Amino acid sequence: MSTEITTADETSEYRKLEESITMEPLERVRSEGDQELLTLNMGPHHPATHGVLRLLITLDGEIVRDLKPIIGYVHTGIEKTAEDKSYWKAIPVIERMDYLAYYFNAYAFCGATEALLEVEIPPRAQYLRVIHMELNRIMSHLVWLGTSALDLGAMSMFWYCFRDRELILDLFEQSSGQRMHTRYIQVGGVAEDIPVGWAEKVREFTTQMPSRADQYKAILANNEIVLQRLRGVCPLGEKELLELGVTGPLLRAAGNPWDLRKAMPYSSYDHFDFKIPVGTEGDNWDRFAVRVAEIYESVKIIDQALDGLPEGPWISEDRKVALPPRHELATSMEALIHHFKLVTEGFRVPPGEVYFPVESPRGELGCFVRSDGSSKPARVHMRDPSFVNLQATAPMTEGAYIADLIATLAMLDPVLGGIDR
Amino acid sequence: MPDAVGLELLAEELREADAASVIDTLHFRDKGTIEVSPAAIRETLARLRSKGFSALMSVHGVDYYPDEPRLGVHYELLDMSALDRLTIKLRVALDDPVVESVTPDWPTANHQEREIYDMFGVIFEGHPDLRRILMPEDYEGYPQRRDFPIGGEPVMFTVDEAHGRTYPQ
Repeated sequence: MSTEITTADETSEYRKLEESITMEPLERVRSEGDQELLTLNMGPHHPATHGVLRLLITLDGEIVRDLKPIIGYVHTGIEKTAEDKSYWKAIPVIERMDYLAYYFNAYAFCGATEALLEVEIPPRAQYLRVIHMELNRIMSHLVWLGTSALDLGAMSMFWYCFRDRELILDLFEQSSGQRMHTRYIQVGGVAEDIPVGWAEKVREFTTQMPSRADQYKAILANNEIVLQRLRGVCPLGEKELLELGVTGPLLRAAGNPWDLRKAMPYSSYDHFDFKIPVGTEGDNWDRFAVRVAEIYESVKIIDQALDGLPEGPWISEDRKVALPPRHELATSMEALIHHFKLVTEGFRVPPGEVYFPVESPRGELGCFVRSDGSSKPARVHMRDPSFVNLQATAPMTEGAYIADLIATLAMLDPVLGGIDR
Repeated sequence: MPDAVGLELLAEELREADAASVIDTLHFRDKGTIEVSPAAIRETLARLRSKGFSALMSVHGVDYYPDEPRLGVHYELLDMSALDRLTIKLRVALDDPVVESVTPDWPTANHQEREIYDMFGVIFEGHPDLRRILMPEDYEGYPQRRDFPIGGEPVMFTVDEAHGRTYPQ
């Protein structure tokens, strides 16, 4: 690979190429009236873009005429890295894709691997996964609510939401040792049983969270500025959203109740009684209202899962996949061999291809895993909802004010770690 | 999920419409996969759309190294009313990795086809804006191919460029 870029000619050529990305005239550009069109670069370090997102906006006065997202600034090649690691070692890197939904990343990957292996997951592990994923969903929505309110100028909401988020991170720390990127979900189950007293702490949180959400609604939903900034702003219909592959709260805000937890239940979601909040208009207000309503539903799921938490093992007893318990190592030769084999080489997975979708806080998170029969995946791909949903930004904001673009981007809730992977 | 029989019936219907379109079917882990010829991808997806598979949830690339044809593109279809999923896949050779783009019919494929082009070098004919999406525009090579090495990536910083320095190999 030639890497020298020392001569003046080559340098200028590189710059020209860079400019061709940014300053190329955009298609569909038209000015109403005699206004001169202005091409504006926003990002990649703009605080309102929720990460390192760069937008190239064509403005007609204050009106957005066209918009191109430019991404890849935090591309870290996680999919490629995962190909070089055995399955159980790939979980931590994959967790780091969408950094607000790490339980979902880990579950999508483990679920795909489990489908290939045809491992039976103990009921207790399924319930523990549900509890953690729903806590994660609330946590993700709280970060979204705080940062979105910040974009609209409501500074205090940010602190309130992060205060409650801390409570959830403390729960994660107690059950797994880490606040973020917990590596709690394993192939075959979960890493550890929940510690003594954890369930009570979760109960404390779930009794308090609905009243907190009530307070947040009281602060925002009756605020005239918030209403003016969100109501009727940048709507997009169900048909367009489906064509663009948009899923999750954005699709539900437009009235389509598609939610994988209900439609194609996984991990015992069919055991729980919860509702799918839907909107009617598909505008920013509905996107806001649907996510806030989902917090209450997640609390309901967590409560039911704690009530019905089955006794039993929290990880599969298949020793070819899951590590044997520590105490067996001292007494059982076979356990020692399994332990050695799993830690050094990892388990081998039968060849095949599996696509495993789950409902993440942002929509359908699908993990595609191809196995060639070895102990390392031959291909891992995440269908990240943020990556696909980002395509809806341009149709949503065409003809809107640039200030509404900021609000729409906030309500889109993109996570750039997931987009760039 | 279409069962093995349902999958065969579906493949038969596709074959009736275009005898050369279906190459293979596979029912694996309760899910159907139909392998189609690259030339017939757009028509096949359009036909399946009229049968209810109205949402294209994911498009992703695979490198089947060392098997031939090496590059694969997978299309994950979803039927939201029948709660059904179906994978359509195609494979193209490395020396002629050209596939017809489905972006005109399915706008969701826009970014995803760009990612496959970026990572595997599959060229989507008829794509409105086929450029690299995650890697820098002047990047050489297709990093997700199996014979592309991990690591050892030279990093270019603007400060070095200004001082006319070369980069460590």
